[in-house]
Amino acid sequence: MMGTGAKGKADRTWLLAVPGVGYLVVLYALPLGLLLLASFRIPDAFTVSAYVDFFGDPFNWYIIWNTLRTALLTSGICLLIGYPAAFALAWSKGWVQVVFLISLILPLSVGIVVKAFAWTIVLRSDGVLNQTLMMLGLTDEPVRLIFTETGLVFGAVNVFVPFMIMPIYSVIRLMDPRLPEAARTLGGSPLYVFWKVIVPLTIPGVIAGIAFVFSLALAMYVIPTLLVGERFMTLSQQIARSYLYLRNETLGSTVAVVLLVFSLIVIVASQWVAGKVRANA
Amino acid sequence: MTWTERIARVLVWVIGCAVCIYLMAPLFVTIAVSFSSSPVFDLPPPSWSLRWYESLADKRGFLPSLSLSVQIALFSTGISLVLGTLAAIAVVRGRFPGRETISTFVVSPLMMPGLVIGIALLQFLREIGYRDAYTGLILGHVIVTLPFVMRTVQASLSLFDFSLIDAARTLGLSYPKALLKVLVPVLSPAYLSSGLFAFLASMDNYPISIFLTDARNKTLPIQILEYLEVRPDPTIAAISSLLILFTIIVLVIADRLVGLRRMADF
Repeated sequence: MMGTGAKGKADRTWLLAVPGVGYLVVLYALPLGLLLLASFRIPDAFTVSAYVDFFGDPFNWYIIWNTLRTALLTSGICLLIGYPAAFALAWSKGWVQVVFLISLILPLSVGIVVKAFAWTIVLRSDGVLNQTLMMLGLTDEPVRLIFTETGLVFGAVNVFVPFMIMPIYSVIRLMDPRLPEAARTLGGSPLYVFWKVIVPLTIPGVIAGIAFVFSLALAMYVIPTLLVGERFMTLSQQIARSYLYLRNETLGSTVAVVLLVFSLIVIVASQWVAGKVRANA
Repeated sequence: MTWTERIARVLVWVIGCAVCIYLMAPLFVTIAVSFSSSPVFDLPPPSWSLRWYESLADKRGFLPSLSLSVQIALFSTGISLVLGTLAAIAVVRGRFPGRETISTFVVSPLMMPGLVIGIALLQFLREIGYRDAYTGLILGHVIVTLPFVMRTVQASLSLFDFSLIDAARTLGLSYPKALLKVLVPVLSPAYLSSGLFAFLASMDNYPISIFLTDARNKTLPIQILEYLEVRPDPTIAAISSLLILFTIIVLVIADRLVGLRRMADF
């Protein structure tokens, strides 16, 4: 009775996943597959000429390099400030923690368009940041922030850092606080405890955070458009430009496929690393 | 405590506070600008006024956009809650191969470039001759709201004791009724937090929406960006400040119901 019951249930459970997975197969996976096919088809023959043209143009390599560099910079800085911030969030109690949590969740209610625009006001040469820097005597003349990569990374980190903090915070909450304590009691130096106990325990959160921020930064469109403009091209901007302004759909879908492949690499790589870490644990 | 530990602790708190200020900065800027009397974005404002809130009342373009965005977000969040719960139950409860793959697949749109999803969907809908922008937007937004529900509900289900459902069935409830009476109440905190994130993600979506809108159906982020390009004035700040106020109210309610701590378990 028990055996057949459990088996009968197991046979039917997968059906529950059908609506959701089916939805995504039809409206997400299939269209992406068709886009991939379309990028090889010029009017009615299959060819890789679009890719040969794309990779033959040094300007496109410059775009790829821009995109990868800003994504790397953004996720690196997010990790650098997000990792300690996640600990501050986990250690805090009472109203301090409420303030931390609100400053993490509330900014999500301000649209990315408005946030990016707010940064253009702050980063302007006569903006608050420059005025403060000059008041503190750190600089004599305004630092050029807006329309530069520095300004772009400044805005991107601001938008994406919650996606680094939240997964790390989740693993810190699951971490047994007695483990670092025990390592300390056994005579481990603080640095040893950090590298050998705390870092390995938090690494799944770190991987999730990096994968998240890196893929978001790779694909960001609104932030570079408002903070740097046309002079600093990224893959997303090139896609939007080809589709919305140049009406060159062949170029657009070629660039879209290149960006898609980068994102797939990030997903697969992060899954692989996460699997390795789980296997070692 | 040794010196290294003390320095590390101080560093963690300093960085934590700095990150909070940094995260809140665009909100303060937006609110400050919305109460400015200046037609340009002077910060700090020369004097305070409510003129941009008054101008918001005259602007006819924003209300339909706001209403459209709210409708799309409500529909796509609702659809995601149903589809996401079913898929999460299958993955947590099922004993079939490929469950890990399903959960990765359903969550993957979060890490996919929005513009690419938008283009692919646009070309697909065009191919099959589908032209209704309103439902097209809902179809597109479900792709980005579903991952939020899947993640949170799956995590919450893995802690749920499923023998409670068997107990309810033994007491005479049908399987769907047992799910509704036993499972749904247990999942409500997960619904509230994933629903909020999904709703906000939909309200804020620009990259997918841009390809699916038409002249009559423009979502709020698209309307705002267009307005900023044509005549940037603090009306945008006023509407954003109202949205911030709205979210604060929702967060206070959510805190009373489930607690903010659980919201950050992303």
